[in-house]
Amino acid sequence: MRLTYPTNIKIVRVPCTGKVDVMHLLRCFQEGADGVYCVGCMEGNCHYNQGNLRCRERVEYIHELLEEIGIEGDRVRMYNLSSGEGPTFAKYAQEMTDHIMSLGPNPLKAKPRKAAASA
Amino acid sequence: MIVAKRKPFAEIMAMLEGYDKVLNVGCGTCVSVCLAGGEKEVAVLNTELEMARRLQDAPLDIQGHTIERQCDREYLAELDTMIADGKFDALLSMACGVGIQFLAERYPRIPTFPAVDTTGLAVNQAVGWYEERCRSCSQCVLGTTGGICPITMCAKGLLNGPCGGTNKGSCEISADQPCAWFRIHERLSGQGRLDAIRKINTTRGWNDQTPRNLIQPGYKKPERMAK
Repeated sequence: MRLTYPTNIKIVRVPCTGKVDVMHLLRCFQEGADGVYCVGCMEGNCHYNQGNLRCRERVEYIHELLEEIGIEGDRVRMYNLSSGEGPTFAKYAQEMTDHIMSLGPNPLKAKPRKAAASA
Repeated sequence: MIVAKRKPFAEIMAMLEGYDKVLNVGCGTCVSVCLAGGEKEVAVLNTELEMARRLQDAPLDIQGHTIERQCDREYLAELDTMIADGKFDALLSMACGVGIQFLAERYPRIPTFPAVDTTGLAVNQAVGWYEERCRSCSQCVLGTTGGICPITMCAKGLLNGPCGGTNKGSCEISADQPCAWFRIHERLSGQGRLDAIRKINTTRGWNDQTPRNLIQPGYKKPERMAK
């Protein structure tokens, strides 16, 4: 197919989007990611029945958490496609990159952390 | 099980204003099961707080530790070495109200703040869904009410019902709220025990309005402890 998609995307493989936890998404932002998107199977086609639906719920929940913190919730999105849709995958990658570019970098990047106290 | 829900994030942030070194203590029992204050919830809240404070240019050194139970001294003791003087300016507790108080009592020199609101005693209806069933009133009437608690389920907490607000099985406060006494009638009727509903329950003692101490039979305190 020889499709191209933006090179700034790092793919983290999980067995099912149902494995994606709120903590994983939060940690991405804590470590400086500008945006995260979860790509799951089509709704109704989950091998584990509800994995992609659970992921969508968590994505919606983390919108609220990020807004509370002061980061745009829309930096996290959920997409659905089937494993045979390479061109759609590349399209979503481009769409998400454009969207994050328009939002700018993660505001946490410029803020130094407090040194952890010695335990 | 005791259930709780996390306090609004803004409220927790406001409580921790001015504190830079905080230990968030989770509880591994009831609040873990009801997904409010266990190891995972401590990690999520700590991450949120760390990020939010960094964005406010007031970085926070927050650590987390979840113990088996905050309502037992033997488990609280493991925090003693961790909370040596000066290591933390404040403690945050994700346990129920009981655990929060016991933690505050053990470390009286360090301000302790609640990160959850304790909501009651509930059953697990589905993952993440808890329904209150008991108000711990100290005078259980479930034997005569077919195992349905009118103190919890009836909006008026009537001991002799139903009232005039019962409406085709629902309570007058909402069509979604079942009438406790309608259900009690149905349950007792099914058991052929309608006689029980005719028994007049006497006035409650309101024992839950004063602090209660419970010592189980066979665990009486030695005389020296009772003083």
